Amino acid sequence: MKRRVRLLAAAAGLLCASMMGTAYAQEVPAKGGTLNMIAQPEPPVLMVGLNTQGPTLYVAGQIYQSLLTYGTDLKPLPSLAKSWTVSSDGLIYTFTLQDNVKWHDGKPFSADDVVFTADKFLRESHPRWRLIATTYVDSITAPAPNQVVFKLKKPFSAFLNAFELSSFPIIPKHLYEGTDYRTNPANQTPIGTGPFKLKEWKRGSYIHLVRNEDYWKPGKPYLDELYFRIIPDSASRAVAFEKGTVDVLRGGDVEGFEVRRLIKLPDVENTTSGWEYYAPLVFMQMNQRSMPFSDKRVRQAIMHAIDRDFIVRNVFFGQGKVATGPIASTTLYYTPDVPAYPFDLPKAKKILADAGIKPSEYNIRLMPLPYGAAWDRMSEYVKQQIEQLGFKVVIQGVDAGGWSQKLADFDFDLTFNFTYQYGDPALGVARHYLSTNVIKGTPYGNNQNYVNPKVDELFALAAGAVSNDVAAKAYSEAQKIIVDEVALGWLYEMQNVTINRKKVKNLVRTGIGLNETMDEVWISK
Amino acid sequence: MKTLDFLLQRLAKAILVVLGVVILNFMLIHMAPGDPASVLAGEAGAGDEKFIAQLRAQFGLDQPLYWQLWTYLKGVLTGDLGFSYRNQVPVMTLILDRLPATLLLTGCAFVFSLVLGILLGVIAAYRRGSVADSVVMTSALVFYATPLFWIALMSVLVFSLHLDWLPPFDMESIGANYTGWARVADIAHHLVLPTVTLGLFFTAVYTRLTRASMLEVMALDFVKTARAKGVPKAQVIRRHVLRNAILPVFTFASMQAGQLVGGAVLTETVFAWPGIGRLMFDALLQRDYPVLLGVFLVTAAVVVLVNLIADLLYRFVDPRIEAAS
Repeated sequence: MKRRVRLLAAAAGLLCASMMGTAYAQEVPAKGGTLNMIAQPEPPVLMVGLNTQGPTLYVAGQIYQSLLTYGTDLKPLPSLAKSWTVSSDGLIYTFTLQDNVKWHDGKPFSADDVVFTADKFLRESHPRWRLIATTYVDSITAPAPNQVVFKLKKPFSAFLNAFELSSFPIIPKHLYEGTDYRTNPANQTPIGTGPFKLKEWKRGSYIHLVRNEDYWKPGKPYLDELYFRIIPDSASRAVAFEKGTVDVLRGGDVEGFEVRRLIKLPDVENTTSGWEYYAPLVFMQMNQRSMPFSDKRVRQAIMHAIDRDFIVRNVFFGQGKVATGPIASTTLYYTPDVPAYPFDLPKAKKILADAGIKPSEYNIRLMPLPYGAAWDRMSEYVKQQIEQLGFKVVIQGVDAGGWSQKLADFDFDLTFNFTYQYGDPALGVARHYLSTNVIKGTPYGNNQNYVNPKVDELFALAAGAVSNDVAAKAYSEAQKIIVDEVALGWLYEMQNVTINRKKVKNLVRTGIGLNETMDEVWISK
Repeated sequence: MKTLDFLLQRLAKAILVVLGVVILNFMLIHMAPGDPASVLAGEAGAGDEKFIAQLRAQFGLDQPLYWQLWTYLKGVLTGDLGFSYRNQVPVMTLILDRLPATLLLTGCAFVFSLVLGILLGVIAAYRRGSVADSVVMTSALVFYATPLFWIALMSVLVFSLHLDWLPPFDMESIGANYTGWARVADIAHHLVLPTVTLGLFFTAVYTRLTRASMLEVMALDFVKTARAKGVPKAQVIRRHVLRNAILPVFTFASMQAGQLVGGAVLTETVFAWPGIGRLMFDALLQRDYPVLLGVFLVTAAVVVLVNLIADLLYRFVDPRIEAAS
């Protein structure tokens, strides 16, 4: 009997302990606190309708909002739109807006702001939205103060993926209507609907945001204030994290070798999640206007000559994953079922020999992407590998302005680039392969001159599909053709690492990572 | 020549030099490949041809070059340095925001290096061949030869990260909101590492220059005469040798002073110092023409002004110059 009582007591004790453990595990979010981060490089402006660079989005993502955001599975989630419907023919998109939303200056937010943003502001200042609006949108109306209706001219399968902050930031109509958007003084004092308001921007030093007391989500945000420090030197940024001056390091804030060291610090955690929507993918751009790159066998040989795993491991310190084709593995409609290009130097040489190509007859100008030491190392490695095939390669260094100019003028043989995928191939991928996008004067299109009418047709079919199955089938076929023809030389998918002190909770919640509104972030006491 | 005539003549020349620098810079910047429209279009994520053309029209880059230059010069003459394409702020505002931080840093480094350099140079010359001389000259050689960025990073590592004596970056404690003397002390605390880092190279130069110049003068007959007359050695050094030996140091100091605005890009970068050097570097990468031209203009004006002041001071330091002219 006594034994049974002791057993019962022990069981009860264990139960209590486990319940207490659960209670501790489910920490209640604490209000208050300051979160210190780094904005690198310093954003030129915080008006996200005019500049969608990474650091601008990082800071302005706390000030401005869009209609939707996206989970790590890329499914749309509510932001300023609380719900939405799509008509069965895929032509009418109706968004119902959140209630009681105010701009930071106290003026009410309404559907008129969304219509102004879509029809006026972004049409003029945002090339990506202008392309969508011009090609697909027939009308944008506000039948009720909390309802916006987009009527399309023809179905666009990616339309619901185009409402994230960098693609569709909502702008206050009362401050911008009838003004010159670029010189509007409101650009210096951004007014949004987000959880934080701009308190002070000391250029070259810091950006200080404070809690928006009238934020539309009751009880949020948890944090009192955010500081974005401007620390131009990478080594100094690592010191800032190590010393606890900043609590968060965004992917790219510190060099790859520092990441390896910093993630081992006590009370520090890291994640590669939060980049699913953007899914940056690095590739080689080979100018196909003339030999040797006009011959697809040369492009195939070069793919075999480069050990992409080596690049990921040794140049980018493991912060990436070898890419299999044009669509990143986290993006919708990705298929791994495409021709593979394993590192195989003898095979690469054989391809060239079988094709009767004499590499020594060609001089290749290799133009590195001027984004820092790691990119330079990659250029040197690629040069070395291509030279092993017998080509003569000369590295032609330029700065960022020169790089984009030469790319825009098609004045290059081989260069590197990367693209954000924006969740759907129609938004971030197709632009590099459509023959209609071979446009001189712009640096971010199909500058390598890849032309295949079948691929154009498949991309058009997928983009206009109402059914996901039709889109998936068309994208699968397009990927196989593009990879077989090596339209670009895909190298790797960037896996940027976010590092933060463990006390910072709920930091990365969605597929847009740190650009997400930080209204759920809190600091454990 | 009377000082006033001299001054007017030099001022007229200075204005011509600055104007020449502005025109030359304008032409050089526009010759570089790439323009702000293509860089901005890239930042927008998908610059189409129409968007780039629209930006060029907005910035006036679609106008003929001579017309752009004329518009710019007209603006400069009325005190308008233009509007930053990238930051969407008047250039003058951006420069005036950053200039005080740079002047504070470079000014402190200037004074630090000049005072310490001359002092060490005098000691080394006074005690020529001694242990002190060897220590000073070896240190000077080391700091003369060591790259500035390495000194900067090592000083952060030692004095900030390990010893925790000095703040590693920023101009003041962000979020502390100090006022009055507390703020002055806070800024002074933050100034130590960047000032010493920036000043060490010049300290080494001044030390070597002062020592060499002093030794040369010390060998002259008038010094021996003074000593023979019984004037104490320290007094001879202070009143006769140093006064005569200071001219080369003075020449070099005027060259360093000319770099007060643009000479601290690296130090500002490592120590996150919110100065004009970093503004210039970013503007260069982004092809922000108006900001670049504005910074170049201010830099040129400071160089010319400092040279003018130096020329005037020469006449004061060495009256023989005025007599000769």
